[in-house]
Amino acid sequence: MEELLNELKEKFSSVIIEIQEKDYPTLICKRSGFLDLMKYLKDEKGFKYLIDLCGADYLEYKYKNFEERFEVVYHLYNLDNKILLRLKVRVPENDCWQYSVTPLWRTANWFERECYDMFGINFKGHPNLKRILMPDDWEGHPLRKDYPVYLEEEQEWKVYKELKEKVKQQS
Amino acid sequence: MGIEKETIEIAPGIRQVPGTPVVVSPIDKIINWARAGSMWPVTFGLACCAIEMMATGASHFDLDRYGIIFRATPRQADVLIVAGTVTKKMAPIIRRVYNQMPEPKYVIAMGSCACSGGIFKTYSVAQGADEFLPVDIYIPGCPPRPEALLFGLLNLQQKIKSEAKKWGFWR
Repeated sequence: MEELLNELKEKFSSVIIEIQEKDYPTLICKRSGFLDLMKYLKDEKGFKYLIDLCGADYLEYKYKNFEERFEVVYHLYNLDNKILLRLKVRVPENDCWQYSVTPLWRTANWFERECYDMFGINFKGHPNLKRILMPDDWEGHPLRKDYPVYLEEEQEWKVYKELKEKVKQQS
Repeated sequence: MGIEKETIEIAPGIRQVPGTPVVVSPIDKIINWARAGSMWPVTFGLACCAIEMMATGASHFDLDRYGIIFRATPRQADVLIVAGTVTKKMAPIIRRVYNQMPEPKYVIAMGSCACSGGIFKTYSVAQGADEFLPVDIYIPGCPPRPEALLFGLLNLQQKIKSEAKKWGFWR
């Protein structure tokens, strides 16, 4: 484990900003060169399994010590050596995109669509980037911290509003 | 009247000519009796309440003994049991299923979520199925026990039995 981290630190010194020792080793990465790191981990180091890919919104987070608003979190697993690795990439709000890892792991397809749906992070190189949970014509990205929990009448989804009005007229 | 002399009352409002298989009764009563004894709900499970609905239909609670048989198509169903959380994305589809059902049709809102939105006062959940459906029976509970669903269905039977002058071309 130590070996692997040291090797990565050396080889990808321009990509990895920081290595945190938490419950699992966590690599904080830069966006540029990130795909090379992922490709190396998958092809050379046997991290063949992408457990999870998700987003996080750090808007007004008290203990934040970085500038960017969003984070994309990856969990990789090495099935042979039973090693779990966590990678985090920080994404600023005004330049909200990240490289897609769908060409590497097919699993990432829907994970990235969910991340796009919930946080509005665009994934460059994704084959079919559209909403997965919310309806296609939904406005806003619900898991952003500035999205309201409950929508008022005027913010209501158009299709549902029309349905309610139509039913009201019929009865 | 002669009819009262020559017949005996075997049930409220239903008279039999003794010794014959002949029964005299208002047509409403006979047809409502038949309808109440063969309510066919459409299978429409949305969340955890659907599990409870299935349990009610299975051998232990046995809905079949009331003539309640689940139909997999709305076109042969009389009752729509909205079992579970109704999301706004699902609402137009439920309305469409309801529109496909033949008259006379009834709606049961099963569980807190279908009654009022329950704990989900959020952007994506409809605050009760009655926002877009004419609900006849509300069954609270999270999820309601099979007994509660049975009680709701029996209440609906009572409602059907007490209906008069609602349908038929001779009215």
